[in-house]
Amino acid sequence: MSFLVPTLAVLVSLLIAAIIILIIGQNPLKAYGEMIKGAFGSSLAWADNITKMTSLLLTGLAVGFGFRAGVFNIGAEGQMAMGGIMAVTVGLSLGNVPPAIAIPITIIAGMAGGAFWASIAGWLKAKTGAHEVISTIMLNWIAYHITNYLVAGPFAVGAGVPKSPEIAKSAQLPPLFTVQASTLPSSILIAIVAAIVMYIILDKTTTGYEVKAVGLNPYAAEYGGISISKNIVLTMAISGALAGLAGALEVMSVHHRIFGAFTSDRGFDGITIALIGQNNPIGIIFAAFLISSLRSGSNAMQTIGVPDDIIVVIQGIIIFFVAADRIIKTWIIKASSLGRKKSPEKIEDGEEE
Amino acid sequence: MNWVEAIFTAFASPLFYKLTILSALPLVFAGIGGVFSEITGVTNIALEGIMKLGAFTAVAFTFLTGNPWLGVLLGMLGGLILAFLHAYVSIEWSANQIVSATALILIAQGFTGFLMKPIFGQEGQTDFVTKIPNVKIEAIQNIPFIGEIFGEISAFFYIALVVIFGSWFLLYKTPLGLRMRSVGENPKAADTLGVNVKAIRYFGVLMSGVLAALGGMYLAIGDIGQFQEQMPAGKGFIALAAMILGNWNPIGTMWAALLFGAAEAMNIQLQTLMVLPSEIKALLNLLPFVLTIIVVGGFVGRTRAPAADGVPYEKE
Repeated sequence: MSFLVPTLAVLVSLLIAAIIILIIGQNPLKAYGEMIKGAFGSSLAWADNITKMTSLLLTGLAVGFGFRAGVFNIGAEGQMAMGGIMAVTVGLSLGNVPPAIAIPITIIAGMAGGAFWASIAGWLKAKTGAHEVISTIMLNWIAYHITNYLVAGPFAVGAGVPKSPEIAKSAQLPPLFTVQASTLPSSILIAIVAAIVMYIILDKTTTGYEVKAVGLNPYAAEYGGISISKNIVLTMAISGALAGLAGALEVMSVHHRIFGAFTSDRGFDGITIALIGQNNPIGIIFAAFLISSLRSGSNAMQTIGVPDDIIVVIQGIIIFFVAADRIIKTWIIKASSLGRKKSPEKIEDGEEE
Repeated sequence: MNWVEAIFTAFASPLFYKLTILSALPLVFAGIGGVFSEITGVTNIALEGIMKLGAFTAVAFTFLTGNPWLGVLLGMLGGLILAFLHAYVSIEWSANQIVSATALILIAQGFTGFLMKPIFGQEGQTDFVTKIPNVKIEAIQNIPFIGEIFGEISAFFYIALVVIFGSWFLLYKTPLGLRMRSVGENPKAADTLGVNVKAIRYFGVLMSGVLAALGGMYLAIGDIGQFQEQMPAGKGFIALAAMILGNWNPIGTMWAALLFGAAEAMNIQLQTLMVLPSEIKALLNLLPFVLTIIVVGGFVGRTRAPAADGVPYEKE
């Protein structure tokens, strides 16, 4: 049952999106055909897809980990930006350091940046009860403006779009292999390792047990000797570290620099991914692949005149049905009881004959 | 001009006060919308999305019909429909209200982006359309200082006055208001007394849809005359902070909105009065967001949410 709800939510949203595409006078079958081609049609499409999937997997893990502890971290966007900023700050000055040291240092800097940014919201929630949804949204905007400040001021380099310089070669992640002009990033391996580590933390460690206990019932957890406020800050820090890692890897393996809005809404996509993956790290791997495929595919849909914003509508409808999971559960119960009613009748009919 | 001089010049000019009021308008509408929803016990963090859809719908229909008032009417309908979705799953299906509202924000963002190309043939921003005209009152125009603030001002200002005092009267001076507040504080007790909890909550959430849409519309066809994709740029969430600081009361929300409006007005004034490099301007833009964090962090006095805020109600 647990994966039935998100799966049905995805199918229903694709159906509704098809109707919307029909309304603007396009052929939904053709549009979805283009989408599949755009996501899986060539090795180039695959490289693009996997590149997108890397940061989506991490922001999905970030949001999902928060959900497990009952915290709605809507700030993965800002934490990813801070991760990127820290990775660039550190990565710029590592020219003489061998990659074996430069790469881990840059990664840790990015994770620390995200963890710090998320901890602010965690600390505010624990200390003053400030709702994390509003504080993380504000921290997103602040991170956005800080990025713009840095690429227009202290980090500014070159003409055209405000951007930072490239980080040192030694801090850049080498690609797994190169496909035409695109590359398959090695960062996907790090993201998958992060998912497995997350799975182990949640399922096999005391920290994971405490996080889940606070998420299920904070009062019972406190009665059982678990400090809620400590856990909220810790949860936010771990969650932010994952989003920060997404930002660092984006810098280290894709752009090698930052610019305004380099996170391109992937922090928000993390919410959809966590909900589809049911906050389970392994489920999140598949959910991230689904959303990265939709994203890569929607770019291809634009060529036949279907605006790629349809994917945002699809994500919205998926989340809507996951929120209202009782609607889908009722459908499932009705459908299965219909099936059950039919079969005894058939048997009776058979006996009469 | 140095910082201190610029700040004093700003405070002394009527323009600063006018900008404060105008910047507060979208927050007043959306914030009081939030009050209506939360006072009956349904959280609605989708204000940002409702503002966006309301603004876009109003601009699209003004573009198609040429009549901005028709645009306003249909914009309110757009907000109403989005709020209805939230009400339906929150009230009938005990959905997680935060998750449902997040969905609506995405749906609003997706829809406006998706329809931009077929309707306007371009992305990012729409064409300019007829704005809601300003209201000029000569008697006020002749008063020194005051006249420069209120002599000619957006019609949304007068709509806001009606909304602020009308909703205060409704919530605190009428039987319906009493029912709304009792449903938000203790739905079970209200139910026992024969109050229709579901109907009252639908009313609260739907009102939040109409009002938040008006807030978005002010930005689009009250202020600049077009819709831009990044609208309303976080104002829906700042409106929630205004609602919290205003203690879930329409008058309080108005004062809080004016405080946020003043921060925005100061930002605009400093950027025009002083010659600032672009990176400093980027930092000044932080002002309202930092202020919001300070407010929701409870550093500006404690407030208390309605007891049943965000808690689904189910009859046994």
